[in-house]
Amino acid sequence: MDIKEYIDSGILELYVAGSLSDKENQEVHELMLKHSDIEREVLKIETTLLQLAAASSPSESKHVFKTVKEHIMLDNENSKTNSYVNKKSKINWFNYSGWIASILFAVGLLWLGYENRQLTSEKNQLSNEINQLKTKISTNESDKKFLELEIEKVNTNLKESKELISILRDRHIIAVPLAGQAISLNAYAKIYWDKSTKTIYLDAQGLPEPPEGKVYQLWSLTLEPLTSKSLGTLNDFDSVTNKIFTLKNANASQAFGITLEPEGGSITPTLDQLYTLGIV
Amino acid sequence: MQLPILVEKFQQKDTIAFEALYNMYGKSIHGVIYNIVRDYAVADDILQDVFVKVWNNSSNYSTEKGRFFTWLLTIARKAALDKIHSKTINPSEHNLNKQCFADIIETNEFLNTENDGLDIKVFVSKLANSCIDVIELIYFKGYNQKETSESLDMPISTIKTRNRNCMMQLRLMLNI
Repeated sequence: MDIKEYIDSGILELYVAGSLSDKENQEVHELMLKHSDIEREVLKIETTLLQLAAASSPSESKHVFKTVKEHIMLDNENSKTNSYVNKKSKINWFNYSGWIASILFAVGLLWLGYENRQLTSEKNQLSNEINQLKTKISTNESDKKFLELEIEKVNTNLKESKELISILRDRHIIAVPLAGQAISLNAYAKIYWDKSTKTIYLDAQGLPEPPEGKVYQLWSLTLEPLTSKSLGTLNDFDSVTNKIFTLKNANASQAFGITLEPEGGSITPTLDQLYTLGIV
Repeated sequence: MQLPILVEKFQQKDTIAFEALYNMYGKSIHGVIYNIVRDYAVADDILQDVFVKVWNNSSNYSTEKGRFFTWLLTIARKAALDKIHSKTINPSEHNLNKQCFADIIETNEFLNTENDGLDIKVFVSKLANSCIDVIELIYFKGYNQKETSESLDMPISTIKTRNRNCMMQLRLMLNI
């Protein structure tokens, strides 16, 4: 049986609504016991409906339970008194009334003491249960918060990735591959240069991790005569997971180079530490 | 306490379990009743009757028949519908055909004072009218698929999936 298809059919929504036949209800119930996915789905549908219906209640209804309780207690009392009324007796109650009253009083006292103990232990048990429930609720809530944060993170990542794709797909963007140089032949990088916004997106995935105390620096170069201008350093290289760095470039660059420099960057490129180079 | 244990205790006439169940479902049941009768006092009376009835007939419920909440829902809807059918209703005054749960939620002052209350107002206002109609009939009025399809002039085959899609939209918004 395809559980996903079964869930998607919408039968569980009708199950919670109470609009299925007895036979169908029985079937759903059996499947719920067998498949936790189905049970979970039913609970979620029920929770949704509970919230929706509760929001449709425009006034406080807590007090109603008090009258409900009075009613059901009264019903109990009535059924008890009725059964007493049926028992008729011929004893002259008056003669015994004093004795009976004192016996009843003593029994009543004993009973009250017993009831009281019972109630105290029930009360303790209940407050224990309430405490357990409270802890459960708070763990559930912190789990929920944690999950929400995770989802938020994933959503932000997704949003960023989508933005990135749309930038890279822009037809006016100039792509410049940067090839590895003598010091690291395997290194490579790619530059996407958006001249209209004077922005550079540097994909530095192909660069090795910089050693401690060193940082990569991106240079804009013009040839003949060879001049260089720093576009900035690639800070926190290891913590940027997608290795895409956004930098400003208002220059009429003819080539780009990346060098390894001491932390904080240098004023001019250290050419024997040139990792990658590419011409526009 | 877990629901099956609560229900079992309730069936053994445990008033504490009964009160716990009331606290879980009372407000939602009240919402369903109010949506049908549109009168505060009448809704309170029916809510009371429903829970007294439920207590007296607790042995009628079993898990094989459906969810406990669904059992309450069915009894409550029937009680509320019986009530309005027994009364002579002035249609222009009540105008029950045009009103639905979404109107109550959107004008529910009570929600402004509650956590997440405002959220649900916004979510419901975002639901398409076709969703509100289906949810109103299936959950709040207790229509079956055939009745819903006739009432909304929609093919019976689409009711089930339409209802599921609408509920999914709500769940997405409510993060359930």
